[in-house]
Amino acid sequence: MRGFPSWKELTLAAIITEPGNSVEYKTGDWKTFYPVVDHERCIKCGTCWAFCPEYAFEVDEEGRFVANRDYCKGCGICAEECPRKCITMVEEEVE
Amino acid sequence: MAKRVGIEVAIAIAEAAALAEVEVVSAYPITPQTHIVEHLAELVADGELNAEFITVESEHTAMSAALGASLAGARAFTSTSSQGLALMNEIVYITSSMRAPVVMALANRALSAPINIWNDHSDVMNERDTGWISIFANNGQEAYDLTFMAFKIGEHPDVLLPVMINFDGFLLTHVIEPIWMFEKDEVKGFIPPYNHPYRLDPKNPVTMGPVGLPEIYTEVKKQQDVAIRNSRRIIDQVWKEFEENFGRRYQAVETYYADDAEIILLTQGSVTEAAQVVVDEMRKQGKKWGVVELRLWRPFPFEDLKDVLCRDNVKCVVVLDRAISFGGQLGIVMSEVRSALYHESNRPMVVGVTSGLGGRDIKFDEYVRMFEIGEEAYRTGKEPEEVIIVGLRE
Repeated sequence: MRGFPSWKELTLAAIITEPGNSVEYKTGDWKTFYPVVDHERCIKCGTCWAFCPEYAFEVDEEGRFVANRDYCKGCGICAEECPRKCITMVEEEVE
Repeated sequence: MAKRVGIEVAIAIAEAAALAEVEVVSAYPITPQTHIVEHLAELVADGELNAEFITVESEHTAMSAALGASLAGARAFTSTSSQGLALMNEIVYITSSMRAPVVMALANRALSAPINIWNDHSDVMNERDTGWISIFANNGQEAYDLTFMAFKIGEHPDVLLPVMINFDGFLLTHVIEPIWMFEKDEVKGFIPPYNHPYRLDPKNPVTMGPVGLPEIYTEVKKQQDVAIRNSRRIIDQVWKEFEENFGRRYQAVETYYADDAEIILLTQGSVTEAAQVVVDEMRKQGKKWGVVELRLWRPFPFEDLKDVLCRDNVKCVVVLDRAISFGGQLGIVMSEVRSALYHESNRPMVVGVTSGLGGRDIKFDEYVRMFEIGEEAYRTGKEPEEVIIVGLRE
């Protein structure tokens, strides 16, 4: 397993000394489905953003809500909660 | 100067923690440990000890609070027995894994069921693999000294591990013994200030006890095992420094007439001194018997034990267990001692006896019988197939 520290290199009890480095851990490959927002129907209410347990929804320059697939685990809560039902869960295809 | 006073051992242990200037005591009462934390509560309430005494709703929380306090940079202490320790179990393991040098005074008591408040070693043996430094005292003076020194060992920057001091419930806790009690000035500077290298500090945030994925967990556990093995050097160093300053000597493996003994009884805790009395008497009858006490339980003193037991004079070692491994080898200490000597070409026979469960006294004749079981094994050249429970009604 390259890229991981040996037991001699680990900090004491694997204490994490760099705050916020969890962003480096991309959990997106857990998912089988990812959310696709129909921006024609989306009213930008932010419900998906608020409900996402992974804070995976980001707002782009045009104020649109888009799921960051590096972190989205594909749980589908956004699609369930969306008041406009404009989020579709689409099967992830892996090359 | 130190004074030798008649004092209940439990109170002396509390005084040892106070002498070490503990900053957080987090504890829940349980027989036969209760007097220890009651006395600490008094010291705090009377303003004699400047510590936070946290009264908690269970032992699980007692250890959790001690863990948190220790990682926040406070010198933390707790004390328990039996069911209390069993309830703590989850956090006992986490405390060593998170490298928090909490000190725990453990008044050894049998585990339920049936409910039994008396002494044996089933509580500590149940926690054998939790990664704590584990040390046995066999009298009140030792319990006092070892509790005091435990802070210096655990908090050493090369160790950073929790330490449990074992002493037999009732047989020691509730007995009034003459104990040399230190004056504060005498021990000043013996225990340096405690500094955890990554203590919880809002100005320097860290994450302790993070998720350890399969890619990391194995390495963290290896690091922890190396840490407790390496703690041995510091344990010896602290005990040596104590001896040089105060005259009382502590060793990982203590011996009594082991130099010329043919049959050795291997003990832990207060039975050690009882066995020594038996040896004194039986030596008058020409019996070449001796006692070896396994004071340091973890880290296990492999080399010391080999030096003492793998000698030409030693024919058979009878290991006295005070707990049972059901459906296994029965004798927990016995199986460890036997396997520790397995590779030695000149190893003695190793025989297991179990006795003194749930507070049953071990009588003089029963100690004699243990030695005789060893003699019998040596004479016939055959180790008994099973551990013998001495004192059992058939």
